[in-house]
Amino acid sequence: MVYRQSAGQSSFVFADLADLMAKATPLRSGDRLAGIGAGSAEERVAAAMCLADVPLKRFLSEAVVPYETDEVTRLIVDGHDAAAFAPVAHLTVGGFRDWLLSDAAPSEALAALAPGLMPEMVAAVSKLMRNQDLVLVARKCRVATRFRSTIGLPGTMAVRLQPNHPTDDAAGITASIVDGLLYGCGDAVIGINPASDNLTALGDLLRLLDDVIHRFAIPTQGCVLTHVTSSIALIEAGAPVDLVFQSIAGTQAANRSFGIDLAVLREGLAAGRSLGRGTIGDNLMYFETGQGSALSADAHHGVDQQTLEARAYGVARAFEPLLVNSVVGFIGPEYLYDGKQIIRAGLEDHFCGKLLGLPLGMDICYTNHAEADQDDMDTLLTLLAVAGVAFVMGVPGADDVMLNYQSTSFHDQLYVREVVGCRRAPEFEAWLRQMGITGEDGRLAGRSGRHPLLLGLTGEAA
Amino acid sequence: MSAVVPDPWARLAALTPARIALGRVGASLPTGEALRFALAHARARDAVHVPLDVEQVATAIRAEGFQTLSVASAAPSRPAYLVRPDLGRRLSDDGRAALRAWASSRPEPPPAGEPRCDLAIVVADGLSSAATQAHAAPLLACLRPLIAREGWTTAPVVVATQARVALGDAIGEAMGARAVAVLIGERPGLSAPDSLGVYLTFAPRVGRSDGERNCISNIHGAGLPLTTAATRLVWLLREAFVRRLTGVALKDESDLALVGAENAPTLSRPP
Repeated sequence: MVYRQSAGQSSFVFADLADLMAKATPLRSGDRLAGIGAGSAEERVAAAMCLADVPLKRFLSEAVVPYETDEVTRLIVDGHDAAAFAPVAHLTVGGFRDWLLSDAAPSEALAALAPGLMPEMVAAVSKLMRNQDLVLVARKCRVATRFRSTIGLPGTMAVRLQPNHPTDDAAGITASIVDGLLYGCGDAVIGINPASDNLTALGDLLRLLDDVIHRFAIPTQGCVLTHVTSSIALIEAGAPVDLVFQSIAGTQAANRSFGIDLAVLREGLAAGRSLGRGTIGDNLMYFETGQGSALSADAHHGVDQQTLEARAYGVARAFEPLLVNSVVGFIGPEYLYDGKQIIRAGLEDHFCGKLLGLPLGMDICYTNHAEADQDDMDTLLTLLAVAGVAFVMGVPGADDVMLNYQSTSFHDQLYVREVVGCRRAPEFEAWLRQMGITGEDGRLAGRSGRHPLLLGLTGEAA
Repeated sequence: MSAVVPDPWARLAALTPARIALGRVGASLPTGEALRFALAHARARDAVHVPLDVEQVATAIRAEGFQTLSVASAAPSRPAYLVRPDLGRRLSDDGRAALRAWASSRPEPPPAGEPRCDLAIVVADGLSSAATQAHAAPLLACLRPLIAREGWTTAPVVVATQARVALGDAIGEAMGARAVAVLIGERPGLSAPDSLGVYLTFAPRVGRSDGERNCISNIHGAGLPLTTAATRLVWLLREAFVRRLTGVALKDESDLALVGAENAPTLSRPP
């Protein structure tokens, strides 16, 4: 249906809900690239005013991507929990913002509400929120998941140790793992982005991770971030797969461009669970997402990139994942142009994921062709830690030498623990103390060149 | 006394180009490391904007025994290229005309719908002209005898500027190639501002998705060696011709002794 809004002398017409949401979205280069953003600053605010008056119930009847042709829409609509939705069913999008910020919406109410929310509702309300609103509400959301460590407990922030190497060299990867563990990182996962897609090489990396984790009884999980079909093949071949990884997006067509559909994700989950490798839980899917991936695959249906990102979370939550993170600045300046846009998108993604009930972490990152730098990452890291982000990346020196982008470092997580006070996953925190890596206060302890990790994994005293 | 707490595992740093054993001041990065990082970032930023020296690259490629053509994408400038990837995937009008002229100059055009050649090769600037400048011609030198051994026919090598990976689809289609290999500068990293990637697409035509390509990435001095990349590409091509596809359905099982770099990095956006 058509939406209209007047603002003083001006009046604006929006063709449908997708158009209204696109025009209400804070400025970003990807929506401009798609030709769907607001034409002026005034139009953007008019769209937000109009969106604020749309009843939440409208989202149940007006799909932004057609139900008939898109299995993600069908997943979202068919999985909607009307009973959980009831407490907010009478609200408009604007009223929903007020409710979320109010004392009427404590952590328990938000957790109960999650199955009743559609990604499009969450995206819509985020467009009416300032950065502080996104931080405040996300901080109230509680989502905990478990495999060998517990991710997402209040007051904690985990770190994915990301020991990538340009040629998957085992000694090089091990060196980064040791460095990261000795900096207190790795409670979310030790996750390698492989340079290779060769199944033998991938199997070798999985065995490397399995060996490190079991030799030192580290309460964490390993992951080689390869295509879900490769993980399934590796499981069939007997490789020690903890987490099953996949990049996902918010439309069926974008997922097809990743070479996946919902059926293969179900297969991946079943294959992973068949191994029974989790000790305290069986959340084992690891998803990565990012605004702009659908447009990049020419599969956006005229819907803005932030709404489609929220729909990717709608996909993720059907698979009870251990970890979900947006790789917020990875995609490049054609989607998020500069530090300001990356920071805004990071806060939106975290808010939307958490409100939908996901253990949302963030790869706080940028590429060298974007107008951003490490100062912007410091800002976003600090904001997300305050917002209660489930986990962030730990990349040696913030420089990923395989993927060629900059993320957050082992040092960055130390910094943010100092200033915000967030702790590690409890099982991992205890392990670090037991290994003498940290003291009772969680800070790094004194260094020894003869630490068992150094002697055991690198074969020599450094 | 220095406030820097050193990490007593500095010897591990020789095992990886990753920034490990940096030491710390409290929770933070020591001054020297912070400045080294800033310098590397400044250089990578600069690398994005240096234009490809087309004549120099084309000359080097011809010296390896290939013919060359040069085209530009529809992106009119570097800034436009960075925010409009759609333009970088399309040929400029001049580029389209140049390829059409080549196709119509063929002595015996094949029947409609039949391929004119086995392989089209595109050498593209992508996001790092430095990578293309340094590694494209040497990689083609490694490929030439392997291509000859397989008996594959090739079109002239197309040197493309302001180009994204998918420009290869338009080029391969215009040239009537059974497959296209795009050698392209990858987004520059701090430690590797000159990394080359090769994207292979069977039956190229406009509109192919990234899931329909195979990629060999991280080709540079400290990364994947040229000879390994060439061997891998030929293995993938041979499989692609037999199985009539590329992409996620074509897994690399070449099992070479060297561990190589095959598929697109996770969630990567091709340049």
